Amino acid sequence: MVSKTVAYTGNEAIAHGMKQINPDVIAAYPITPQTEIVQIYSTFVADGLVDTEFVTVESEHSAMSAVIGAAAGGARAMTATSSQGLAYMHEVVYIAASMRLPIVMAVANRALSGPINIHCDHSDTMGARDSGWIQLYSENAQEAYDNLIQAVRIAEHPDVQLPVMVCLDGFIISHALETVTLNDDAFVKEFVGIYKPKHHLLDPENPVTMGPLDLFDFYFEHKRDQAEAMRKAKDVIIAVGQEYGAKTGRGYGLFETYQLDDAETAIVVMSSTAGTAKAVIDELRAQGQKVGLLKLRSFRPFPYAELAEALKHLKAVAVLDRADSFNAFGAPLFVQTRAALYDLPQRPTMINYIYGLGGRDCDMSQIARVYADLAEIVKSNQTGEIVRYLGVRE
Amino acid sequence: MATLKELAQRPDRFTGGHRACAGCAAPIAVRQVMAALDPEIPVVTANATGCLEVTTTIYPFTAWKGSYIHCAFGNAAATLSGVESAYQSLKRQGKIPDRPIKFVAFGGDGGTYDIGFQSLSGAMERGHDLVYICYDNGAYANTGIQRSSATPRGASTTTSPAGKVIAGKPQPRKDLTAIMAAHNIPYVAQASVSHYMDLFRKVEKAFAVEGPAFINIMAPCRLTWGTPPEETVDIAREAVESCFWPLYEVVDGVWKLTYKPRQKTSFIDWMKRQARFRHLFKPEPKTEILEELQAEVDKRWEQLLARVETEK
Repeated sequence: MVSKTVAYTGNEAIAHGMKQINPDVIAAYPITPQTEIVQIYSTFVADGLVDTEFVTVESEHSAMSAVIGAAAGGARAMTATSSQGLAYMHEVVYIAASMRLPIVMAVANRALSGPINIHCDHSDTMGARDSGWIQLYSENAQEAYDNLIQAVRIAEHPDVQLPVMVCLDGFIISHALETVTLNDDAFVKEFVGIYKPKHHLLDPENPVTMGPLDLFDFYFEHKRDQAEAMRKAKDVIIAVGQEYGAKTGRGYGLFETYQLDDAETAIVVMSSTAGTAKAVIDELRAQGQKVGLLKLRSFRPFPYAELAEALKHLKAVAVLDRADSFNAFGAPLFVQTRAALYDLPQRPTMINYIYGLGGRDCDMSQIARVYADLAEIVKSNQTGEIVRYLGVRE
Repeated sequence: MATLKELAQRPDRFTGGHRACAGCAAPIAVRQVMAALDPEIPVVTANATGCLEVTTTIYPFTAWKGSYIHCAFGNAAATLSGVESAYQSLKRQGKIPDRPIKFVAFGGDGGTYDIGFQSLSGAMERGHDLVYICYDNGAYANTGIQRSSATPRGASTTTSPAGKVIAGKPQPRKDLTAIMAAHNIPYVAQASVSHYMDLFRKVEKAFAVEGPAFINIMAPCRLTWGTPPEETVDIAREAVESCFWPLYEVVDGVWKLTYKPRQKTSFIDWMKRQARFRHLFKPEPKTEILEELQAEVDKRWEQLLARVETEK
């Protein structure tokens, strides 16, 4: 395959990926830091480069409602948002998943108000973690682009039929210029294929009622089906990631490990901070410290068994959350990772760091401090505070 | 234009057996709207959450013979705009056959005047080729008769109850039909289930125009209004005859009355028939309020006449 390397921001990479996917309908509303995606895509529409019907809605609630209508009408439909936009569409986000509509949505992660803040954290998508959407998190612009293309295949797989959020850190990834290797248009077109839904509203010979009132006699079964689809999504994410890797040289799994096999301590984290952690690991490894990383890509479905297997040999693990779950004894990634390891005969000591809220920079010194804390825990055999805050003035 | 006999013989797109109350005007409005549509042309229906939705789609049953989608309360217009966009896109790309399909949304006054107002305004402004029908019964009937911005002043509802110091809803109703006309869309009309030929003609026009159309239909709720079920259509007729609910249309910005009562009837008499206004008549008539309410109807009617007159 012919590919080319360009300098793109995360938003440009997403917009370019969307252009190559060429969805039938996009409905979107501008919000910092996602706005560029909408703007760039508008130029594609204005220049006749895509077949997309671009619906410039008056709110995110209507953006999600319109892509639900479009997907129910048999169209491949996409949108993008951030922060308050995701919060504003919250009720319909659940409906998209429960209608089993394979919508793909890019989310440039941004802190939720209040106070109002436009910079990165994961409180927006963490608030939608139980909405029934698959959630893939991206370390950099390349991963955001690759995840977007794979998301179409994952969402539309007959065993899955669930919407997917492709998450990229607001500003840190959405606005930073990076080198990105792009697939050629023909490859993407063939990789995503043609969407052929089993049932849709624009097939008059086979009418369908969607979104009926579903009471105590059937609702529970439909929810159980949704849980099963999410369970099956795990194998589909792996298969699509392998196929993508075989064809592009960039393979993907449920998570990525870095220097983890012989590590004694490790950090578990998602998105751009994983890149910072890798740089710190290189420095500490040069000093002879056995430190590693597990970067989670698929937060939903949550690969609990695979995580337990990958982390079981460690002495101490720090889970870094870019969102808080106020006094819930740890933030979401920590709570779930800790639960996943509960059944191991020998568990690593686990601590949680809540970091980077509202775009607070998480630099190498902060990550180095986490590894130093882990080393101290191993040495002293004292866990200390289990839930900690990193980089905040106390 | 189809005759009444032809309309009556058209196959039902909306079947009986649904669970709406006896005397509910919403299914009457739906049947009238659906019958006005050419039977050869398929229609996709979107529905806001409300009485119509909960009584017609109790899983695994449906009263809708064509394709139907319900998404949430405040987004019937946005949802349908997405379906219509899918139709335009897929048809243009040759992914579905090139044949006409019509799009209609139904929402009650709560889902249209209030929570769905922004979604409706956006869809109308964007120019989607769809028809939005509001069946206006003047309250949130589905949740147990709370006041909406369509509730007439003076009406007692469960959130504007007639009490010792407040006599029902203090505020006059929002004039949504005029607001929709201000969107400068190709077709806007106000109709009533009582004047069915007038309604049929309006629906035919609404579907015939290219672009968005809005029709506001007077659809009494006998539980909200406190009227006998067999009087639903008659009380709707009196809403028109008293000029509380004038029948008119706005075609490409030009306002036109489609029906003028021969003898304007008393709005006070109309209120007297409904339990929601009982506190204005008993134990003794609150004459001052009643006269104010009558004056409000008269004023709005005169304003409409003046508007129609200047645009003749």
